[in-house]
Amino acid sequence: MTRRVQIFFGILFTLSPCATNAQHSKGLLSIGFNHYVDSVKLKLDTAIYKNEFGQTYNISNFKYYISNIELISETGKIVYLKEYFLINEDIETSKKVILSSIPKGKYTSIRFMIGVDSLHNCKGAQSGALDPVNAMFWTWNTGYIFMKLEGKSSASTATGKTIEYHIGGYKEPANCIRTVTLNFDSPLTITLKQTSDIQIRVNAAEVLKTPTAIDFSKLPTVNDSKNATLIADNYIDMFSIGK
Amino acid sequence: MNKKGTIVLLITLSIFLISFIRKLDNSFSKKDVELKIPKGFPKPNYDFSENPLSPGKFELGRKLFYDPILSKDSSTSCESCHQRVAAFAHIDHALSHGIDSKIGTRNVPAIQNMIWRDTYMWDGGVNNLEIQPLNPITSPIEMNETLPNIILKLKANKGYSALFKKIYKDTVINSERILKSLAQFTGLMISANSRYDKYKAGKDTFSIQEKNGLVLFKAKCSSCHKEPLFTDNSYRNNGILPDTSLNDIGRGKITNLETDNYKFKVPSLRNIEMTFPYMHDGRYKKLKEVLNHYSSSNHNATTDAEIKKIGELNDRERKDIIAFLLTLTDKEFLSDKRFTDPNRK
Ligand code: HEC
Ligand code: HEC
Repeated sequence: MTRRVQIFFGILFTLSPCATNAQHSKGLLSIGFNHYVDSVKLKLDTAIYKNEFGQTYNISNFKYYISNIELISETGKIVYLKEYFLINEDIETSKKVILSSIPKGKYTSIRFMIGVDSLHNCKGAQSGALDPVNAMFWTWNTGYIFMKLEGKSSASTATGKTIEYHIGGYKEPANCIRTVTLNFDSPLTITLKQTSDIQIRVNAAEVLKTPTAIDFSKLPTVNDSKNATLIADNYIDMFSIGK
Repeated sequence: MNKKGTIVLLITLSIFLISFIRKLDNSFSKKDVELKIPKGFPKPNYDFSENPLSPGKFELGRKLFYDPILSKDSSTSCESCHQRVAAFAHIDHALSHGIDSKIGTRNVPAIQNMIWRDTYMWDGGVNNLEIQPLNPITSPIEMNETLPNIILKLKANKGYSALFKKIYKDTVINSERILKSLAQFTGLMISANSRYDKYKAGKDTFSIQEKNGLVLFKAKCSSCHKEPLFTDNSYRNNGILPDTSLNDIGRGKITNLETDNYKFKVPSLRNIEMTFPYMHDGRYKKLKEVLNHYSSSNHNATTDAEIKKIGELNDRERKDIIAFLLTLTDKEFLSDKRFTDPNRK
């Protein structure tokens, strides 16, 4: 074969679907995040909600990190995916994430971290979901903000009647990294032919309750390690399987 | 002129021209950006293997360091506060001066031997050299700029877009690339060629006074200002009384632990002659005042035990220690051409 022909076939090969050969025993999974406030769909800015104390509030910003995802198979095998996603109510595309390279098979549950592991809190400049341009980063006391919930409440005692919960921290005793496990109702099948899908329901109201109901007149803002674990223990149960 | 003569002239001219262009080009060689661990220094904490040193990235870091484009109104560069002749501290400024002449709350520390530090800032709030610049860049009283805006400005700037393209072979300009190149520039600021270092290596001699100073220093000071970096990277309360107008609680703000209040990072004492004024709030202008402080017995209750052990230093002892401290000036570092302003030749 002449060199030119070789190059021609080389190009043809890389363009053809055969090039994805290595991926052949792996499938895709799409995960949708559906944001609610209790039983109603979350609507930024305009909708008015009530907390456990009957205080009214709105939400203008709701975002959080999901990382270190694990899928647990029927046989107990764990598939670990070193991924970092920033889910942001305001950005539609962020609420659907696609995971690739999942071995085909049946899975019974999913486990993930809310936040960013300590290693990546210490890793310096990073890009993608972990780029500090995403405004989920504390510069004066290094670390990612794992979850932001912002809004206003007439009950708030903070300037401008704001309520603002910026939760993060990877160091003890203010470690806010939380891991969530969700069991599927029926096993999730990953095939090679089509993208499988799971839907996760996220109740933003859980940030403000169980175990600790947040009173906006007493704790309108959390911006550093003080009281942060309180909120982290609240939001650990905001996820469930469902649309 | 004959034909031969013209050719010779043309060749000399072009050689001259090429070397002139190279000078303008500001480029560095691979050797310029090699990491050489000075003899006796420990393994660095900052790991360049995750940010491989390259002449291009170092050059980009230098350009950014000296460029006020990183501030909102193009008034303030890193160098506005960190000046080379002062080992990249701020000459004769007690508290930092930023944008619109706004005054900060802390003294500008030297930038030297940063890769051996485990945290940055006087309170150790920053855990990686790469992200340290985010503080001045985004601080409303320092550079008052945002990362997205800086990226836009750099993309619109022909010089920068060409430089990024030369280094990365693509058109992406993002915060990671900006910050990593700044870390290459500040990370290679290594001071290890002072008279003290030469004396240790047997290449220079000390006067009797300097020798006495070293002995006293080892006995009284090196428990915190540990050789060869002249810091043990710990946070201590060295007994200076809090300035009530600033009310800076130091490490306590980071850890929320009351026992950490008023503790500050032990600063290195290398190039101490050039980095005045001293302490986190720049309260002392002269080393004499620093020695007077350490020698006084009326420290407060939370003062570190090692300070209380120092005890009274007599006049001669103070002078000896100062004479020793002056041997820590590193002229080679202070005049190192790699760290000069690329715009001022
Ligand atoms: C307005 C003045 C100012 C500007 C501009 C400034 N800095 Fe600083 N820098 C400081 C001060 C003050 C500190 C100490 C801050 C603290 O401890 O709170 C500091 C600390 C540092 C440190 C850590 C030193 C240590 O010992 O912990 C580094 C590294 C640094 N600056 C690099 C930079 C870079 C790179 C830039 C440009 C992007 C820059 N600085 C711009 C004032 C400034
Ligand atoms: C207990 C630990 C400790 C001991 C012992 C100690 N220092 Fe310090 N030193 C510090 C700390 C901490 C600071 C910074 C304090 C601040 O700014 O609040 C400092 C600051 C300094 C500074 C100012 C540096 C700068 O860049 O601003 C000098 C100079 C200095 N020390 C010299 C000495 C000398 C000389 C001795 C011995 C007589 C000594 N120190 C003993 C902890 C110590």
